[in-house]
Amino acid sequence: MNPTLKTFEGKLPLSILQEIEEKCLPAKQKKVAELALEEYARAKVEPGEAVGIVGAESMGEPGTQMTLNTFHFAGVAEMNVTMGLPRIIEILDGREKISTPMMEIFLKEPYNKGQDVKKVALMIKETKLGELVKEFIINLVEARIEAVLNEEKMKEIGITAAQIVKQVDAGVRDMIIKEKDNVLFMKVKGKDEKHLNEIYKLKEAVKETYVKGVKGINQVLPVKRKDEFIIITSGSNLKKILTLDFVDTARTTTNSIQEIAAVLGIEAARQAIINEVYKVIEAQGLNVDIRHIMLIADTMCANGKLRGITRYGIISGKSSVLARASFETPIKHLIDAALSGEKDKLDSVVENVMINQPIPIGTGLPHLIMKDEK
Amino acid sequence: MAEEKEPTAVVSEEQLDAESKEKTSDEKKIPTFDRDYHEPAVTKRIAAISFGLLSPKMIKQMAVCKVVTPELYDKEGYPVDGGLMDTRMGVIDPGLTCKTDGKRLKDTPGYFGHIELARPIIHVKFVDVVLTMLRCACRECGRVLIPDNKVQKIAKELDRIEQEEGLERRREAIKDIVINLKTTSKCPHCKAKQQKITIEKPTTFLESEKRISPIEIRTRLEKLPDQDLVLFGLHSHIRPEWMILTVLPIPPVTMRPSITLESGERSEDDLTHKLGDIVRINQRLFENINAGAPEIIIEDLWDLLQYHITTFFDNNIAQLPPARHRSGQPLKTLTERIKSKEGRIRHNLAGKRTNFCARTVISPDPLIRINEVGLPKLIAMKLTVPEVITAWNMKYLKTFVENGPAKYPGANYIIRPDGKKKKITDETKEASLEELQPGYVVERHLLDGDVALVNRQPSLHRMSMMCHRIRVLPYKTLRLNPAVCHPYNADFDGDEMNLHVPQTEEARAEAETLMEVQTQLISPRYGLSVIGCIQDAISGAYLATTSLTFTREESIDLLSAANIEDYSQLPDKEKITGKELFSCIFPKDFDFTGKSKKGEPVRIQKGKLIEGTLDAANLGAGSGMLLRGLHRKYGADETLTILGNLFNLGNEILVKYGFSTSLSDTDLPQKAQDLIQEALDQAEKDVTQLIDDFHNNTLEILPGRTAAETLELRILEVLNKARNKSGEFATQYADQNTNLVVMINSGAKGKPLNLAQMAACVGQQAMRGKRIEKGYFDRTLTCFKKGDLSPLARGFIRNGFKHGLNPKEFFFGAMTGRDSLMDTALRTPKSGYLYRRLANAMQDLRVEYDETVRDSSGKIIQFQYGEDGIDVSKSEKGMLNVQRLIDSV
Repeated sequence: MNPTLKTFEGKLPLSILQEIEEKCLPAKQKKVAELALEEYARAKVEPGEAVGIVGAESMGEPGTQMTLNTFHFAGVAEMNVTMGLPRIIEILDGREKISTPMMEIFLKEPYNKGQDVKKVALMIKETKLGELVKEFIINLVEARIEAVLNEEKMKEIGITAAQIVKQVDAGVRDMIIKEKDNVLFMKVKGKDEKHLNEIYKLKEAVKETYVKGVKGINQVLPVKRKDEFIIITSGSNLKKILTLDFVDTARTTTNSIQEIAAVLGIEAARQAIINEVYKVIEAQGLNVDIRHIMLIADTMCANGKLRGITRYGIISGKSSVLARASFETPIKHLIDAALSGEKDKLDSVVENVMINQPIPIGTGLPHLIMKDEK
Repeated sequence: MAEEKEPTAVVSEEQLDAESKEKTSDEKKIPTFDRDYHEPAVTKRIAAISFGLLSPKMIKQMAVCKVVTPELYDKEGYPVDGGLMDTRMGVIDPGLTCKTDGKRLKDTPGYFGHIELARPIIHVKFVDVVLTMLRCACRECGRVLIPDNKVQKIAKELDRIEQEEGLERRREAIKDIVINLKTTSKCPHCKAKQQKITIEKPTTFLESEKRISPIEIRTRLEKLPDQDLVLFGLHSHIRPEWMILTVLPIPPVTMRPSITLESGERSEDDLTHKLGDIVRINQRLFENINAGAPEIIIEDLWDLLQYHITTFFDNNIAQLPPARHRSGQPLKTLTERIKSKEGRIRHNLAGKRTNFCARTVISPDPLIRINEVGLPKLIAMKLTVPEVITAWNMKYLKTFVENGPAKYPGANYIIRPDGKKKKITDETKEASLEELQPGYVVERHLLDGDVALVNRQPSLHRMSMMCHRIRVLPYKTLRLNPAVCHPYNADFDGDEMNLHVPQTEEARAEAETLMEVQTQLISPRYGLSVIGCIQDAISGAYLATTSLTFTREESIDLLSAANIEDYSQLPDKEKITGKELFSCIFPKDFDFTGKSKKGEPVRIQKGKLIEGTLDAANLGAGSGMLLRGLHRKYGADETLTILGNLFNLGNEILVKYGFSTSLSDTDLPQKAQDLIQEALDQAEKDVTQLIDDFHNNTLEILPGRTAAETLELRILEVLNKARNKSGEFATQYADQNTNLVVMINSGAKGKPLNLAQMAACVGQQAMRGKRIEKGYFDRTLTCFKKGDLSPLARGFIRNGFKHGLNPKEFFFGAMTGRDSLMDTALRTPKSGYLYRRLANAMQDLRVEYDETVRDSSGKIIQFQYGEDGIDVSKSEKGMLNVQRLIDSV
């Protein structure tokens, strides 16, 4: 940054300074920065401003205009993702399990230019034994299952019969497995080995056994974005994907906030919340300032852990008994408060509303009392 | 109230004096005033509220009487001493006085009584805690089942958790510890063998399948030493045996008033009923014990007493049948009174009622200013404002009193300096007039210019409640300027709105400076004006600035009709264009460049509209920087005036122009109709081809999809394209001068899609993002063949609304119509709940004097609001407009 603008550092936000530097001729910069400083001072939030309520309103009001049940079709060749109000609720709840987990995997050179994208994609996809088997035969005489492998499919994802045997053996308990000429023979181990029910159960279990790829990635879709190829997946496993050597770890992302929080940390999770919420709001054609979403994300991440906006999350962490009681399950909160002898210091909003006192926000914030002269 | 719910002590600097504590909703009682009229200033605040448990001793100490008989009244209908309605616990009859404080109904707060229970009873709400304590403490010595050397360590760890992560986490940590202790079978202190303790919900404890009586439980809890209690999360002042009741507090009569029915019969409150049961059974239990009745009978009565006390606290316990009225409806006892939306907390404490409010239907009146509200005279004479008489306004205020309550503008009440309120009637009028002198207060009718808060539910954002100036008007509806509909989300199809009149100087000042319409112009959601021109005003402005010209006389007519009196900006010509007309409105030094809806530039230089059309992109609410620019340069008040002028001029132009829409507006030339038919035919052919491909297995399958899914997606794509194409043809070939197209182009109402649907083709009806597939097996309606995938069989409406739909198409339209109704009905509560949660989680966040955003406990949420400290409602679309600054230098 040039020296004239440098003097404004700390007085003006960096983003504004950068914009001035980018767009403005050097000769004018000082003047512009001075003007900007003046306007900035006028545009600042005032102390006591109830930014929380304003943020909640700014999110809640457009919520009524959002559509339910929208599945997003950004074109024929895209994944189906939950959008609209259900998605917002899901994000703000801080749910572990989201309804449509999805990843966008960016690739390193040369794969991002299209080389072997399909192959790479198939390598990532979780393959279960059921998909590689042409036919399951239950041999009642031998009390075993015979699975005829599909050689074509095996070649496609690059796996040998021996490898499959190893994976299945590791994945299913109480079973004996043998292989011969691309046919797997499986038997129940233990006392129920002749029991038909057990054999059927085993067959179902074996079908769902993981053999190759990344667990959790159910579908892959190589797509061309601008001038590079990326892989969009349904199902998400950020931790595993980031360890793969052909993946551009800097840009690869998932839509599961909890996963981001676990793998990349709380700051990344905060940014993910902002991005994901903003994406939904934009898709609905609504206009909500990013600051409100930031504030929501920051409250969710404030204590280093991702907490949802639910009675178990943020609201349970409030210091005031009455504030918690006024939300949900009041009896529980009152009983707990009585047992641990809690003291409500009446320093937030609802408690003061309850006892008819000024709230410590906005015009109620300054504690000035005039002497009532007689 | 029950013991645990009652804060044991109100830790206050000093208690509020009873005087200022209760005044709302009580018209007869008026706060006392000084001679020189002061608002009753509350100078003492409650600083904190502590929660705790009441010991039997404390219950007895705070009780004013002991209840010994279930009888309520004697033969004369007078409350029985020692009964549940004992006058020492407060009174609910107008004639009686409370024996404790000598006050009458509404003055006495009511006092607790108590009863001695014949046998100890377990408090249901503490069953879980009692159970863990029984399990984790030695049955012999009462120590917790953790070796001495570990107790200290665990206690320290718990303190650390509380310090760092809060009470809630501490409770969870305690739970974890307790789970481990359950299996300990030998006391590490006295080596006594422990037995397995189970619970038979709701209140029966078993030790190795044998029942432990509450007496036994109580003695065991008594043995727990104080230093071990922290491990269970109990406060040091609390003894666990208090959770087993030996004395029951009786809530004051005033919180369970009886109502007198029309027949003169008394109907007692649910709580009184329940307490009656408790007292009755308790007496019987006493008698039986004293008479030495067999153990079985005593046990039965004891269980019955337990049942009654349990349901007294909570009548909704899963394992117990709820106690009922004779009519069969369940009693509402303590828990039901407190919880849920209709409970004490959310209904009465977090939500308040007000006086001085009104509600009626709203209707539009473009002739009042945007920040005004038209108030029916009828209401203006009912609602009042208190005004204090001084030497200077005495004459003025006397005129109101002279007019009395029946003549506008009059007054309804006068208030003497001692706080006595007097109604003005024809008889008292003369005396009142005589009496008036400085220091008196007159409650006069509302006048033009008074302030009032106007509100429409649902109050989703702060612009749902704004302050307006009153205009007293005839008739019986509230009148709003249509421009202000948008922030309220109101229309006039029967909407009602509420109006509140602030009663104190402080409230009025706050309403004016923080809530008046012009202060709310810029939305804190996106930093643009929420109030703009709508409907006719936009059409008018659009027409004028695109094509119309006026004579000089017409121009002056229009301007004066729009309340603009400065004609100096009008050019000295015979023919005056619409642009020149609108130039009269902007200030002389106003510069602006922007884009119109079509994307053409709009330029205003030195207050003159040089080029471009004014349409929804610039005049509308929530779009364009024109209004934002005005607001920045000239301030809120001026912007509101200019906006009002724009609005009026637009309307007046449209009135003069004459504007309507008709069926023929949707007529298309033959060529367009042919093109549309062609496009639709082509699409249908394409779809048939796709279906054939699908059946022949030659369809190119999309990656990650099945063949059927691919087919659906491709069909949807083709049909949507066809509909869009026909829409394009319709807009392209439609006569650009019809009023319908004017409305669409100006952005006043309607989208090109609406025109296309009327003129050409309604298009594919989609349910949940798919073509319609519900109905019968393999088909949507019985008139189709099974497995028919053609557009017409799956909800494609080929006809336009003007041509009319055929029965099948109509049915598909009805299906999606119902689907979208359901969507709205399901969405409203969902988004409402999300909003409630957000508001509850974030309501106490505020910006501190050091610019950080903190919550109520002082924890920092953001170091600077929104990373740059800019208030969205003071920004331009959430930004500081650097480009504009650069241009201006």
